[in-house]
Formats: sequence, structure tokens, C-alpha cells
Amino acid sequence: MNGPRSILVAKDVQVRKGGTLVLDVPSLVIEEGEILSLIGPNGAGKSTLLQTLASLNRLSAGGIFFRGEKISSDHRLFQYRRKLAMVFQEPLLFDTTVFENVASGLKIRGREKPEVAKRVQENLERFGIPHLLNRSARKISGGEAQRVALARALATQPEVLFLDEPFAALDHPSRESLIDDLEQILHQTKMTTIFATHDLLEALRLSDRIAVMNRGRIVQIGPPEEVMNHPADEFVASFVGVETILRGKVIRQGGGTFVASISGREIEALGGAQLSEEVVLGIRPENVILSPSPAKEISSARNVFPGRIVKITSLGPLQKIQLDCGFPLAAFVTHHSLENLSLTEGKEMVASFKATAIHVVRRGEK
Amino acid sequence: MDLILEGILKAFHLLFTLDPEVLGITLLSLQISGTATFISLLIGISIGTTVALTEFPGRKFVVSLINTGMGLPPVVVGLFVTIFLWRNGPFGFLEILYTPTAMIVAQAIIATPIVMGISLAAIQALPKNLRLQILALGATRLQMVWILVKEARLPLLAGVMAGFGGVISEVGASIMVGGNIKGYSRVLTTATVMETSRGNFDIAIALGIILLLLAYFINLILTHIQQRERPR
Repeated sequence: MNGPRSILVAKDVQVRKGGTLVLDVPSLVIEEGEILSLIGPNGAGKSTLLQTLASLNRLSAGGIFFRGEKISSDHRLFQYRRKLAMVFQEPLLFDTTVFENVASGLKIRGREKPEVAKRVQENLERFGIPHLLNRSARKISGGEAQRVALARALATQPEVLFLDEPFAALDHPSRESLIDDLEQILHQTKMTTIFATHDLLEALRLSDRIAVMNRGRIVQIGPPEEVMNHPADEFVASFVGVETILRGKVIRQGGGTFVASISGREIEALGGAQLSEEVVLGIRPENVILSPSPAKEISSARNVFPGRIVKITSLGPLQKIQLDCGFPLAAFVTHHSLENLSLTEGKEMVASFKATAIHVVRRGEK
Repeated sequence: MDLILEGILKAFHLLFTLDPEVLGITLLSLQISGTATFISLLIGISIGTTVALTEFPGRKFVVSLINTGMGLPPVVVGLFVTIFLWRNGPFGFLEILYTPTAMIVAQAIIATPIVMGISLAAIQALPKNLRLQILALGATRLQMVWILVKEARLPLLAGVMAGFGGVISEVGASIMVGGNIKGYSRVLTTATVMETSRGNFDIAIALGIILLLLAYFINLILTHIQQRERPR
């Protein structure tokens, strides 16, 4: 029933705390090698879901399956946990040296000294902190501490990595550089990762799939562009915002712009990018201009696409027009324009937007 | 004033010449209180940690009981230990009343709740997610408890110091169950009481200075522990 690549499956999982249902996940299948983001507001159940999947929580109902085998809740749970690793928002380092911290998971597993030393060194280098080896974990910065926490998690070569808002407590520069490094490491190792965050941009940047959570439930799960462009309900829509999100590959670049191919269409955006790099493009609906087809006049908009109106939604003073241009695209128009252009569902229009209006998230080479 | 000055001068003379009687009393004090503290450490840390890490009905009551125990009046302990060890008492057959062993028992009873209460607080003060982090690193339950105790080692050491400080300076129970027998069960506090009542201020001051120095070193270590930075 599950694909051959599924590594972790939750079935009919319920967790109650003090009588109240705090987690209710009828089905969740995590594929080997994927990066799944859990997004949602505080208290949505992201941490509870992570902890439940890592069997750090007692299930009230249902079961967790790792590579097809049910995780039983007996005293041998630690053997399952030894296949995983988890990093929390706080680094939670031990009051000892950086070396001992990174070595701790390996020492718990009773690994031989030379192996421990080798793995610690490798992982400190991976996160760019080999110079901290003999430093006290009490005397390093917040960003460094979180790097040590990640190195400690990866040193045990986990089959699944759980990240519970690991960047939330960091200042902007340390956060950016750590996300860059982690992104690279995750892509290199192809490690299955489940990543809880309330930051949509982090999720867009790192994940293959996004699960939006609210009140202990997964309300929508799918590839980022699907969740962003086709929110399943009002909650998801309000949480992800109104931007059109497109994912594509860079096919040409130069002169300060690049062209990405999205579902066979070419979109030009401002910014530097490598050839065949994967990018996520965000286009705000207020930056999309609609005109009656065919538009002949020359404008500075580099991206012009004919499309068909699939849906019109009223958002107070604005109307949200959803178009199908070979890729989904949303535009805002005023009520006045709606009448002037006599926009109706099914009508053919031409949408245009400037290369500078695109918000680019680079995802690195894949 | 002369009385005090003379007393202090003689006291330093006794200290620097390592007077055998003063030295003997000091060593016996350290031995009795050290053993009592060691016992309280074994019982106090294990029960304190267990209570800190487990949920059970009536837990709040147990915690309040331990906290009350931290202020157990030594004379009351002395009274009950005496009754229990009295010739006709439940443990009279042991025949240890008026021995250093009885003093160790009484002092261990005084120190145990102190060590237990501080251990409980120390383990509870660790970050909430630290337990989960240790388990997520693949630890067994026993490994987790050991790592937590290691993490709380400084506040635990503070507990040990507080327990030791409590019993080395305690006089009521020691005099009641030890009897202040010269060269056998006479310790710093009981000797100070006796020498003072006899008017031998020089010896009393010398013993007092040793007690003060011990108190100073204990607090020096405690302050050092409290002023340390927390790990991230």
C-alpha cells in the first residue's frame, strides 16, 4: 500500500494531553530522502508531531511504522531512536566541551574511540566549526551552539533527521549562513528530514513537500507550489499568503537576469543564478497586470503570458483573479477594473509582470 | 577586651602548633560529618532525582515534605534518635548510643532532606527539552538519568556542600546522641559549647576559628558554582 521508498509512516495517530486531543493525523507517509516541512502557527502541533514520530510522546491511538515495521512502545524504544536525530530550537548542549557534545550520541551507542574522534572531526568541519573542538560549550555564541547541536545530530548518521524550529532563536546573519550550510549538507547527504518551522520562506527554500498544520491536524500537504497556489482552505490561504509560487530550473543567465523554465514557459527574473539551478519564484498578485488579448503595445514588462481566467474571488475592495497561463498565476484587480474589462471566469486575458517584481528563492543545484 | 585578645592569641598558638587535642577534635568532626554527608548524598540524590523525573499521585505532597525536611531542627532529630537508640528503644540492641556511629546516623538524618531537596530542584531546573534531547540521542533510561545528574552536577555539589555545612556546624543532635566524650565523640561544636561553659575561651575561640574557616571554604565553593555561566 505504501511506495517502496516510504521510510516513516504514521497511521491513525492520536495524542491526547490531559484529555484534550492535541494531535490527530490519520495518515502521513514520509518518503526516503525527502525534506518535509511542517508549517503552521505556534501551538499547531508541529513539535508534538515531530516528537510523536520520534517516539518521544506516548500515542493515545494509532501507530508509527519505520520501514514497514511497527514501533512498539516498550523499553527497547531507544533502539528505534538510535536511527534518528533531533535538533530543537534551543541548542541544549551539555555542560562540557564541544568535542564531548558532538561525541555524545556516539558514546551513548558505545562506539570505539577512533571512530568517535573521526566522526566528530568530520561533522565539525561540515558545519565550519573545527576550531571550536576543545572549547567549552558554555563559551560559544548562539549561532555556533546551534551548529554544534546540528553536528551532534548528524554525527550519528541518522536515517531520519528531525528539526524543530532550529533557526528560530538565531539572529538574522547567523540564521542565513546556517540555513545555507544546512541546505547544502541536506542535499549532499540526501537525508530524510522533517523540519518544523513557522517561517514560510525557510520552508520554501528547504522542502520538497510542505505540510500545513492547524490545531493538531495536517490541513494540507503537497509540493510547495501546490500548497501556495491552491490552498485547501481559508486557514491555509491566510497562512501562506497570496503570492503565486512557481518552481523551475534556470535555463539561461547573464546581464543581471536569468530565465527559468516553469512548466515549459520561460520567466525572466532579476538576480544571479547558476545554470540548471533550481529556483522558487514568488509573484505578488498586485504586481500582475491584466490586459485584453491580444496586447500589441510595447511595455517594460519582460514577462507576458496569455491565459484563461479560472476563478474570481472577492477579497473586500479587491478581486483576486486566478489564471491558467500554463502555470497558475494570481492577479489583483479593483472592482472597477473587473467591470471595465468585463472579466469573467473562462475569459482569455494577457498577464504581464516585470522581471523586478519577482521574488527569487534559490534552492541550489539538484 | 583583654579576655578576647588573649583568647585569640592563644587560639592562634593552638592552631599553629597543631595542638593534638584541637587537631583530634577537628579530624573527628570531619570524619563524622563527612561520612554522614556521604550517606545523605547516596540517599538524597537518588530519591531527589527520582521524584524530579517521575509523575505520581501525591507528588506535590512528597515535594513539600522534602522541603519541610530541609529545615528539620537538629534537637528534634537528636531527641528521636536518642529514643530509638535508647537501651529499651526499638534499636537499643545495636548499643550505639553515645558513639560516633549514633552521631553519623543523626547527622545523616539532618543532611539527607537538604541534599534531597536541592537535588530535586537542580534536576527540575534543567531545560524542559533536555530530557527529550538526551532520549533523541538514543539514550536508554538509565543513560538519560546519568547524563542529567552529570548536567546538574554543580547544583548537586551545592547540595552536598549545604548538607555538609548543616551538619558540621550542628550541635544539638551531636551532643544528645554522642555525649561529647573526650577523645571519642567530642567534635568541634560540642567541644566549643563545653569549653565556653568552662571559661576556656582560648580553646573555644580556636575551635570557633576552625568552624568559621570551614564555613568560609564551603561558601567560597558555593559562590563559585553560583557565578558560573550557563551552557547554551
